[in-house]
Amino acid sequence: MKKSAWKFSAPYVLFLVLFVVLPLLVLCYYAFTNSSGQPTLSNFIGFFTNTRALSTLLYSIWIALVTTLVSLILAYPTAYVLARGHLRNGDVWLVVLVMPMWINFTLRVTALKEILSLIEGNLAFHPFLNSIIAMTYDFLPFMIMPIYTALTKLDPQLFEAASDLGATKLRTLLKIAIPLSIPGIVSGIMMVFLPAMTNYVVLDMVYNSTYIMGSLIGSYFNSYDWNNGAMISVVLLLLIFSVYSLSSKLVSDRTQKGGGR
Amino acid sequence: MRKRLVLLLIISVMVFSLWGCKKKESDVLVLRIANCEEYIDEGDWDEEELIELEDGTEIIGENSLIDDFEAWYEETYGIEVRVEYSTYGTNEDLYNQLTVGSQFDLVCPSEYMIMKMMDEGMLQPFSEEFYDESSEHNYYIKGVSPYIKNVFSSLEMNGETLDKYGAGYMWGTMGIVYNPEMVSQKEVENWAMLLNDKHFKQITMKDGVRDSYFVALCILNQDLLMDKSFRSRSDYAKALAEVLNDTSQETVDKIEVILTEMKDNSYSIETDSGKSDMVTGKVVANMQWSGDAVYSLDQAEEDGVELAFSVPEEGSNIWFDGWCMLKAGIAEDQRKQHAAEAFINYVSRPDNVIRNMYYIGYTSCISGGDSDLIYLFAKYYYEAEDDVEEEVVEYPLDYFFLGRDQADAGKYVIETPVSQTRRQLFSQYPTVEVIDRCAVMGYFDKETNQRISRMWTNIRCFHF
Repeated sequence: MKKSAWKFSAPYVLFLVLFVVLPLLVLCYYAFTNSSGQPTLSNFIGFFTNTRALSTLLYSIWIALVTTLVSLILAYPTAYVLARGHLRNGDVWLVVLVMPMWINFTLRVTALKEILSLIEGNLAFHPFLNSIIAMTYDFLPFMIMPIYTALTKLDPQLFEAASDLGATKLRTLLKIAIPLSIPGIVSGIMMVFLPAMTNYVVLDMVYNSTYIMGSLIGSYFNSYDWNNGAMISVVLLLLIFSVYSLSSKLVSDRTQKGGGR
Repeated sequence: MRKRLVLLLIISVMVFSLWGCKKKESDVLVLRIANCEEYIDEGDWDEEELIELEDGTEIIGENSLIDDFEAWYEETYGIEVRVEYSTYGTNEDLYNQLTVGSQFDLVCPSEYMIMKMMDEGMLQPFSEEFYDESSEHNYYIKGVSPYIKNVFSSLEMNGETLDKYGAGYMWGTMGIVYNPEMVSQKEVENWAMLLNDKHFKQITMKDGVRDSYFVALCILNQDLLMDKSFRSRSDYAKALAEVLNDTSQETVDKIEVILTEMKDNSYSIETDSGKSDMVTGKVVANMQWSGDAVYSLDQAEEDGVELAFSVPEEGSNIWFDGWCMLKAGIAEDQRKQHAAEAFINYVSRPDNVIRNMYYIGYTSCISGGDSDLIYLFAKYYYEAEDDVEEEVVEYPLDYFFLGRDQADAGKYVIETPVSQTRRQLFSQYPTVEVIDRCAVMGYFDKETNQRISRMWTNIRCFHF
């Protein structure tokens, strides 16, 4: 049994080693060496002592945070209505919401750029607002889907019981639906926050913003400074990893406690 | 567990042995060419795109120039050659690819990158036959513009001239594309218009450190560059090149201030989107390479908008892309070197030059030598028609076709509508006055590169 499992996973393991593990090792090598190949921590020290570099990092995190928050605020009610609103043609609505994901991403953002230009006149006057709109537009379906899935899995009897016991709709939402859909919310947050933090294509396409970590990596590689470029990538990786492990711990703690049941 | 390790070992041995066997013996000669994206005629033209020149020559790109070369080479030399063609985004991308071990035989970087590669001993010099003007198929040496030839033989790196390693492909200048309805012709005579808050967030700048640095240098030295006595110096060209290649720390600091101001005034800092933002009217002026300017002007024309191009008075960067062979790729293989040189010659054949120029919009370094096709091609586009309503002016191009020293020969003169002297014709072939105040920007050595890159990252990525 174990042997055959290994056989089946061999292609993937090979893929993983070739395209994930090896490049990662190369990345780490460059991040922890200087341009003449000597092992050093100076790349990291240089980054964490440069306040302007740190503020770009903070700005990236800030954009990702706001995007996630806005997405959550928009996505939760949508998912809730879709899952529990007893809509006629609920499936159709779901498809309509997910449909933008089928359209090529470049095309979507280009169209968005035109729409925003029509409304605002000049995109460059509202860089932060445009960043958030574009990012939310791009990532919203990734927030809706996991929450929707979590909500549809809930036992309808729970809601009936709540209403039998006299809970208002709002109370049911706050005490039953939200606590029980926390795993969905957390995976939605993961699926939005993490890519939003490193994404730079959307911002680049909307108005060529370059004040973001992804762009900084490109900047270093363009000037043949692989060591600093790799260092930034490692910093981002570590950051993502810590956010990830923190949230998975959060979810597992909840499930162990019984998730409010 | 042990079995797993063994398997992993086998896999890695297999993978690494793949690396080892890239040199495959076979009868087909493989030529690995890397070029910029969209930088060669890929064929497939519509029938109405057929170019009919004055002398009856008809030119159309049916197949890609690569396929045509393969067929031509086999027909001419009886050797089957297969071209592995790949593309890269920027000179820096190409250099990075080569550093991580990509193998190419023939590449097409800009002059500064050719100089860097020369400095690092990466390039293979051309054979003596390549310069033999009596050979029938040596289209490059027979056809290269005397002006370009002179530039390539005067640029030096470690005592060697550039023409030993590089053969010109395309060239151009840097300027400003502007919308004449919003921006006056007077304004774009100076680079400083990019700092003018009258056009706050309505201009774009290039997301390339070299381009932007150069423009900022022109702004910084505006007074000197415009000074009459400076211009009439006998060693003007040399002095100009010196001013426009100043990379001292003190200058870099001043440039940082200028570029920060420019960035704050800009709509965006772009590599590609500026063209469409210009056409759709989101911006009124953008820092642009001459070839892309032609593209913007053409596109805007289709939408009924008239744009124009200017190379500001202070001066500008003049650049050249050229083919060069990589030592590591050619690896002393005579057959391969012959094919690589034949490729350069093939794309320098006047009809192919026209196909490329039509397809990519940039100006070729080839003027055609004995053949007048390329001159006829310029006339085909720009010569005033009989019923033109505008004033018609003479636009001399002798410097390009005959050489800088014969700029007044009066032999290659296009009679063109006056607007063309600010539009496509001017973008493709700047006047001799413009090229005289342009300078080539040499390559930055490692230390300089670090200094300037740090400055650029500050501007580009650090805001607060």
